[in-house]
Order: sequence, then structure tokens, then C-alpha cells
Amino acid sequence: MDTGQFIQRDETCWEIEPKGAMHVPAIIYADAQLLQEMDQKVYEQITNVATLPGIVQAAYAMPDAHWGYGFPIGGVAAFDPDQGGIVSAGGVGFDISCGVRTLHTGLNIDQLQPHKQALADALYRTVPAGVGSRGKIHLNHKTMHGMLTGGARWALDQGFGEQRDLERIEEHGCMAGAEPHYVSPRARERQQDEMGTLGSGNHYLEVQRVAEIFDPAVAKTFSLRVGDVVISIHCGSRGLGHQIGTEFLKDMAMAAAQYQIALPDRELACAPLNSPLGKQYLGAMRAAINCALANRQIITHLTRQAVATVFPGIHLGLLYDVSHNTCKLERHMIDGQKKSLFVHRKGATRAFGPGHPDLPAAFKEVGQPVLIGGSMGTSSYVLCGTKESEQRAFSSACHGAGRAMSRTQATKQWQGRTLVDQLAAKGIIIRSPSMRGVAEEAPLAYKDVSAVVDIADRAGLARKVARLEPVICIKG
Amino acid sequence: MMNMPHWEHFEHEADIGIRGIAPTLEQAFEQAAVAMTAVVTDPELVSDALAVPIKCEAPDNELLLVSWINELVYEMSAHGWLFNRYRVAIDGGKLTATAFGVAVDRQKHQPAVEIKGATFTGLHVYRQADGMWVAQCVVDV
Repeated sequence: MDTGQFIQRDETCWEIEPKGAMHVPAIIYADAQLLQEMDQKVYEQITNVATLPGIVQAAYAMPDAHWGYGFPIGGVAAFDPDQGGIVSAGGVGFDISCGVRTLHTGLNIDQLQPHKQALADALYRTVPAGVGSRGKIHLNHKTMHGMLTGGARWALDQGFGEQRDLERIEEHGCMAGAEPHYVSPRARERQQDEMGTLGSGNHYLEVQRVAEIFDPAVAKTFSLRVGDVVISIHCGSRGLGHQIGTEFLKDMAMAAAQYQIALPDRELACAPLNSPLGKQYLGAMRAAINCALANRQIITHLTRQAVATVFPGIHLGLLYDVSHNTCKLERHMIDGQKKSLFVHRKGATRAFGPGHPDLPAAFKEVGQPVLIGGSMGTSSYVLCGTKESEQRAFSSACHGAGRAMSRTQATKQWQGRTLVDQLAAKGIIIRSPSMRGVAEEAPLAYKDVSAVVDIADRAGLARKVARLEPVICIKG
Repeated sequence: MMNMPHWEHFEHEADIGIRGIAPTLEQAFEQAAVAMTAVVTDPELVSDALAVPIKCEAPDNELLLVSWINELVYEMSAHGWLFNRYRVAIDGGKLTATAFGVAVDRQKHQPAVEIKGATFTGLHVYRQADGMWVAQCVVDV
């Protein structure tokens, strides 16, 4: 888009002043090149978000922002319940609490090399991936309720993981305020056989090596050294989250007139936080967050089992687990006063800085790990939260590279099998049930994640700690 | 050919748009659903051994399209089915349909992605100047 539409506040901060129905400014963090490459739809969508009732401070777009649904993907907005603030199903997205979890392996790349194929096979055999894959766990009414209220903590009680995993998960593995009675029978049905499955699309499990360290002190705190092997899992709340998103989007679209909310775009369907519908959505969405946390916990357990068949006796501890499609009640400083706000992050990662009370003791001094997934075959990054991110965008950072090309274009341009061979020549093993799925996720169909992460760093949203390169990718 | 019911995909940066074009509203809905199957797999690979009844309603045609596609997404997700053809009747905001398909076979169908849901993005249901109905929306994958 045209940079002339913005007031450039600093090197990476581009502002659209309030106009028309906008209550607050809209701010995009990018450099001139990234901004020029962004779709004009991002401008339209982020200014639409700025018109929603009760929005506070500004509507923000992260450096990886692209055309989403109502909200841009990479959108951050906070709402004050005391000012008529709203919650938006579209502002959270269909894949509620989709996120990234990274595990330490204690191995270095030289130890892995001779066993790469064996590990790829073991992981692909053990972790269900792709359309139509089912997990081995069947949830009945009672266990479904336990999962929806307990999250990763429930998974632990079922034998999937270790107590110490919990402190390395946002919300300590269990989202408070979940109300399973607002989760429909259909959402439950879609989930009853899907626990511990990766899903498809851009979801993956990746074995990575630490290729570069940018901040040695923080990397030490995060226990990351060049050559270390880590495993990252990217997935969300599966069919349950998708169904909740679907149902509430329709309910909110139909109720907008009743709540006298003028929607510039139907997809921004929302309800006042203090309304019955808003509260129902929050209860169901929090249950879906628990579903995602439980799902990543079970996949962690399966990963540990698979790794143990190749490397008996090694321990896989968590670096951290972050979610990037959420709405969470948080305390933020507004005009010198602490306020309780509902922060929507649609394709944006929370990035609490040093000293934040919600962080585990291990990260109190340096800020939380911010895990940024790349596209298949490209780098991923570990960043850490900063103090200034609080004031920049309610402690938020980007979540990935963002697509540069549609799926249709990607399948016209690449063949899955050729891509797998090309990546193999670079030493990257891809395992996937669908070659068309691989083509749609071609590395060059995404923006350059390094450019996005550099801007997040320069904008002070989060600070670069380490770069990871893929070794094995299990593609859903 | 252009007056025959047909479907196509349209571009969305992160996901994919489905569009049905046909002489009647019902056929446009049927074709949009074939376009939805084509997001997942080649519809030609899917047989129609199974008949699944579908019902939904909405206050306008656009919400009805989203509801219709989401009913199919639910059936595909909860029961592991793929559909290749549809028979739709619409009366006063109420849709009654039969979806014909088969259980997904991962070897044969090589499903590329699962659909999370139909969205309101790119959502339009309208009649063109040439009389043809168009039913379209973006699906999140």
C-alpha cells in the first residue's frame, strides 16, 4: 500500500489518525518496504477495528499483518468493559489459541545427524497429522468437561507430561474462567477424537537447530546454544475451536443490531463484554484455549515417546508455550492508570517484558520467550518480551511470516514432490500426507520471516534472541 | 457453457475463496459447495455412495450461504466425510439439502487441508445482469 496514507511517527511506527467513525488511531509497525508490500486490505481492516465500541489507545497491526477476517491477521486491540467495550469472535479467529510450543532436547545437531531419518519416521508415525487424522484418545462427557476446564493441567492428570511443564505455559497451562456449558454439542463432537492431532494447513511439528544467537545473556537464560536441537509444535484448538468460532460469529452478526453496534464489516461481529452473548463467548473461548493447551500437551507427550525410541533416556523440557489467537483479560497502563482490558490478539503473540507478575520465576528478569514460527523450510525465531512493548502495543509482537501469495497461486507455481526433493537437498526432511498441502505451504509463498522479526525487534515489540533452522518438518 | 452451473476459486491472501455460479440460487449454493470440496481434494475422486440430509436457516441469503457451508464443514469434520455433489432446496430462508459423498480415504483423496469454517469475507450472494446467480465466500483453512 501507499505509505503516503500514514503519518510516520518513527522508523517503524506508521499512524492513521482517527477519521470518520474511528474512536482511536490505527498504528502499523513496519518499515517502508514491508508497508508497501502489505495489502491495502490491512489498512481497511485496521481502521475498521478502530471504530469498534470501547476500543482503547489504538488499533495495532504487527509487522507480519495481512488480510484477515474483520481483523487483519497480526491485529491487536484492547477493549474496556466499562466503556462499552466488546469482544469479537472474528477478532480471535477460528483457530482459538493456536500457538507455538518449543521443547529442549538436550541434543546437539551432531548427535542428531546420524539418526535424522529414524527420528523423522518415528515422529511421523507417532504424531497424527493432516486431514482426517484421529488421535488415540476418545473423550466422553466427563473427560471432555475435565479437558475444557483443566487444559494442560488436565492432560497432565491423564498422564501426559510432567508437573514442571505447567510453569512453562502461558496461564500456567490452565485458562481460568472457562465455561464448558457454552460449548455446543457439535463443537464437542468435532473434538472427541481429535486430541493430540496436529491438524493441517500451516500447522506443523518441526525439529530445529539453533543456528544463531543474537543475545547471549538471554539465550543463556532460555538455555539455548548454537547447535542445540529443539522441537517446535504449531497447532491450536482443532475442530472444537473452529466450531465455537463459527457459531458465535453467526450469533454475534445477528445480534449486532440488537446491541446497536454498527459494523463496518460483518466479519467484525461482536458483542458487548458485559452482555449475555459476550460472556457466553468468553466462557466458550476460554474452554477452547484449554483445548489448545491440552492438545499441545498431548502432542508433547507423543513427541517424547517418539524421541525416546531413537534417543532412549533423553529428557524433553519446555522452553515455553505461547498462543497467538486469543482474547485475554489483562492489566495495562492507560493514561497513567492501570486498567483491566480485554486484549484481542489475532495472529499476534503476547510479549510480556521483564518483571511482569504473570511470568514464571525463570523469565522474570528477561521477559517471556516469544516464539515465532517460520514457514516450511525457513527459519523460526525466539525473541523475548521487552518493557517498552507494553506501551508500544499492549505487550504484543508478531506471530510468523504471513503469507505473501494465495494458496491457489502457490499450487500453480510449485509441485509438492519437487519442493520435498529441493528441501531434502538442503538437508531438511519433510513428512506430509498431502503433496498438494506441501505445495500450498511452499516457503516462497510466505514473506521473509527474518524481515518481519527484524522490524519487531527494531520497533521494540520484542527483542531477538535466537534463530532456528529446520531439520525435520512434519507437516499437517 | 457460461449458462451452465459451474464453480471457481478466487484469491484471498491467507486462504481461499469459493464461488458457485448458476441459473438458480439453489444451484449456485450447490456449486459453491463443490468449490468447497475442491479446496480439500479433487471432487472427481470422490464418489457419492452416501446421502446426508442437511437443514439450516438464516435471515438472509448471505448468512444462509455461510450456514450451509458450515453445516458441510461440520459433517466433514465430525464424521470424516467428503462430498462430491449436492441437491439444495431453499424456501423463505430455510435450506433443505442432501449432500452425496463418501468417507475420506487419505491415500485416494490426498486431502490437502481441512476447512476450519466459512467466513463473511468476500461474502456475496447476488444475481448478475445476465440472470445468473453468484454465491461466494472465503473459507478459512
